[in-house]
Amino acid sequence: MIKVENLEKHFGTKRAVAGVTFSVERGEILGFLGPNGAGKSTTMRMITGFIPPTAGRVSVGGFDMVENPIPAKKLIGYLPENAPSYTDMTVYGFLAFCGELRGLRGDDLKKSVHRAIEMCFLEPVMHQSVDTLSKGYRHRTCLAQSILHDPQVLILDEPTDGLDPNQKHEARQLIRRMGEKKAIIFSTHILEEVEAVCTRAIIIDRGRIVANGTPQELKARSEVAGAVSLRVIGVAGDTVKSRLASVTGASKATIVREEGGSVWARAYPAEGSVNGTLARGIAEVCVKEGWKFEELHTEEGRLDEVFRSITWSETAKKGDK
Amino acid sequence: MSDALQNIKTICKRELNGYFASPVAYVFIVIWLLLNGFFTFSLGGFFEMGQASLTMSFFRWHPWLYLFLVPSVGMRLWSEERRLHTLELLLTMPITPWQAIVGKFIASWLFLIIALALTFPVVITVCYLGDADLGEIFSGYVGSALLAGGYLAVTSMTSAMTRNQVISFIVSVVVCFFLLLSGFEPVTDLLPNSLVGIVTSLSSLTHFIAFQKGVIDSRDLIYFGSLIGFSLFLNGVIIRNLRAG
Repeated sequence: MIKVENLEKHFGTKRAVAGVTFSVERGEILGFLGPNGAGKSTTMRMITGFIPPTAGRVSVGGFDMVENPIPAKKLIGYLPENAPSYTDMTVYGFLAFCGELRGLRGDDLKKSVHRAIEMCFLEPVMHQSVDTLSKGYRHRTCLAQSILHDPQVLILDEPTDGLDPNQKHEARQLIRRMGEKKAIIFSTHILEEVEAVCTRAIIIDRGRIVANGTPQELKARSEVAGAVSLRVIGVAGDTVKSRLASVTGASKATIVREEGGSVWARAYPAEGSVNGTLARGIAEVCVKEGWKFEELHTEEGRLDEVFRSITWSETAKKGDK
Repeated sequence: MSDALQNIKTICKRELNGYFASPVAYVFIVIWLLLNGFFTFSLGGFFEMGQASLTMSFFRWHPWLYLFLVPSVGMRLWSEERRLHTLELLLTMPITPWQAIVGKFIASWLFLIIALALTFPVVITVCYLGDADLGEIFSGYVGSALLAGGYLAVTSMTSAMTRNQVISFIVSVVVCFFLLLSGFEPVTDLLPNSLVGIVTSLSSLTHFIAFQKGVIDSRDLIYFGSLIGFSLFLNGVIIRNLRAG
């Protein structure tokens, strides 16, 4: 549905987006991650046709965004950053206005507006003026605007920003439900959100894509991914460490923490070892040595760690130059 | 094509409702009518003149009144969109920027025309008191509406330049003031003879005077048409540059 090829945007001499290529199909929810100023919003603005790219192409549903913007824009629902809306209108009036611009009329318009109001839980404020609303309601008003015409493509710039935990949960559920039939791109700073909602994630830094994969794949790039964590009671840390390191399939072991007789230790797998064998080996050792272990699990890896290591090292490299 | 008209209508309707949703619109209309009354009957010497005509007592003041009142109506057109970031919302809708520009312009113009139409008691007065030339009055109203449209197009353009309404107001007053002064006799008297023709032909005042006298000349229609067209074209260019960054 969405195809982005070698997209570039220069502001003066600054390259805000420097050659981004990816595509999103129906049924996919793409999480857009990156530090502030990485070019997430700029990329989304180019996809939605708000700003023209300096180079590269965007096509939505087969329509080129620069050459044929109107049919392309018809397919898109867009929630811009900070969820703007006309503050002098009522929620209902605002949504009806957006619906009319989307080409909805008469009964269709009414039905669509009511459906969007229901989906975004706006009933209590639907006849209130937007400038009297709290931030959460304003945000949902703009979100409702983006799903009015049941678009095939949804571009959401920080859809959960400024919502309380319950609303965040609702918004995520909504995105996941809609993602079954639509192509969705959403940007966020919240990494759990990516794990909870996305089928795929892209990390963007300094205008370039630095990682692209499923949340599981990205997590596997983490240093601790595949390591086995263990907590035992009543054994000296050094003993645990040296014994763990000698388990077949382990490359090294570390002590994470020692406290009140408990030892938190972690064993890292050797290259090419099969997932799970290390944990089994360690369990056997625990039984053989008679250690009382309270916890034993294989680490999946942590997204925030991957995120930090990727975006930090990129920044550091630039700094060296 | 009908899509385009629909979009223009939708935007126009929203914008016009926006005016009447706030008390500012009513305040504006009241001030406009009060000033008109004051200038017509006091400074314009409507009664002293002893003529059943609105040319010198009523329409004469419009270029000066519009100088401040039109920018105050139009200053928010695009600056407000920029301040609230709704420009991004509007221009990612399946509409062209032209439809938005024209829709907004027409809405504000309609508002000004409504305000102008509310001066009808002065027409009733002049008809009651004497044998007024209705053709001349009609032409005066057409000219006045076009003049307001010309100033409004300039204001629409300047409001796209900034997200600050006050700056937009000041810049448009300055531009309209130049359009006005270039046809104002005390100013044109200072110019060398060779330049007077060119400068005055650019002035909104010169082209408005014919309407006031009851003459609807194609040259004047073309002048106001071009002023509106050119300003709105620049408006479009400014918005395109904004987006291109």
